[in-house]
Amino acid sequence: MGVGMPIVHETESQKSRKKSNMLLGAVLGGFVLLVFAITIVKMVDGQNMEAFDHVRRPALEEVK
Amino acid sequence: MTDATTLDGPYRAEFDDYFALLKPRVMSLVVFTAAVGLLVAPVGVNPVIAFASVLFIALGAGASGALNMWWDADIDRVMKRTQNRPVPAAKVTPKDAMIMGLWLSVISVGMLGLTANLFAAGLLAFTIFFYAVVYTMWLKRSTPQNIVIGGAAGAFPPMVGWAVATGGVSVESLLMFALIFMWTPPHFWALALFMNDDYTKAGVPMLTVTHGKRETRRQILIYTVLLAPVALAISFTSIGGPVYFAVALALNLLFLKGAWTLWKRAEEAAEADRYASEKSVFKLSLYYLALHFTALLAEAGLRAAQLDWAAWPQWV
Repeated sequence: MGVGMPIVHETESQKSRKKSNMLLGAVLGGFVLLVFAITIVKMVDGQNMEAFDHVRRPALEEVK
Repeated sequence: MTDATTLDGPYRAEFDDYFALLKPRVMSLVVFTAAVGLLVAPVGVNPVIAFASVLFIALGAGASGALNMWWDADIDRVMKRTQNRPVPAAKVTPKDAMIMGLWLSVISVGMLGLTANLFAAGLLAFTIFFYAVVYTMWLKRSTPQNIVIGGAAGAFPPMVGWAVATGGVSVESLLMFALIFMWTPPHFWALALFMNDDYTKAGVPMLTVTHGKRETRRQILIYTVLLAPVALAISFTSIGGPVYFAVALALNLLFLKGAWTLWKRAEEAAEADRYASEKSVFKLSLYYLALHFTALLAEAGLRAAQLDWAAWPQWV
């Protein structure tokens, strides 16, 4: 610890708040990873990533 | 510092309190039945998609749990069993519970739609609506049939799981729905027989409060009799088989015996042994559902290993 830095004592409630924040961070991180994994699976499975975009896209039309 | 007042105020919610809003015990049952519904379906699902879908179904169940706790905070405060829930215990504000419930509903339904299909997402949205609005806001406080109709909310998860895989509904998924739907009344009424005081205090029109315990015992027997053919019928569909049939037969005989015992029992005898039989029937009802769905999973495993019995009769 450097000279002149204040000594910080965490109270119990600050500690528990910190723990809650860490857990929430982990949940959000997990959600991001899950969405990433779903995206990869859908791409590997070859699902159509193109969609209608206000102009006619012959490549998206079913061949009869 | 404003933080100090927030940290030390009455609503000092921690992560665990928000998690408790989701009713984790109910969620575990939802995860299990939805996973079975998905796994026994005749269409294979990528493991990542299956995992994510079950997670979003569980999140949807959690969302409806949070909305239920927001709406029911006043009666939860009165009942001993629910006094320590985050809202009545003043750990989470009612408004926060509501906001969390609404947002999780949107996220779970939206993500299930993107991950699986729109039909499954629509069914999940209907399940949340049914539990939060039809059961919690409307039926629970107005009719002793609250448990019967509200039980449908708990019966949807295997149907949603099945819809994730197949994109639709079939006899099998309807029978899984019917199994939980018919099981819910005897399960909850067995609990109500020995938790009667709580519901009386809260003014919830539970059958034990409005029609008395004698009528409740009669209704438990009626529903258990009606439940047995539903449970056994699953044996003769594409998801059933001899293993499931043997398990279902044994469990239904036990459950019927328990319901018969409760019906024959006088209230004085129940009070004398502190509702021992009622408690054991309630406990049996927990095993009843878990083992039926485990047996369905076992049948799916046997089919996957091609160890199923080809001669077993299938009606549908």
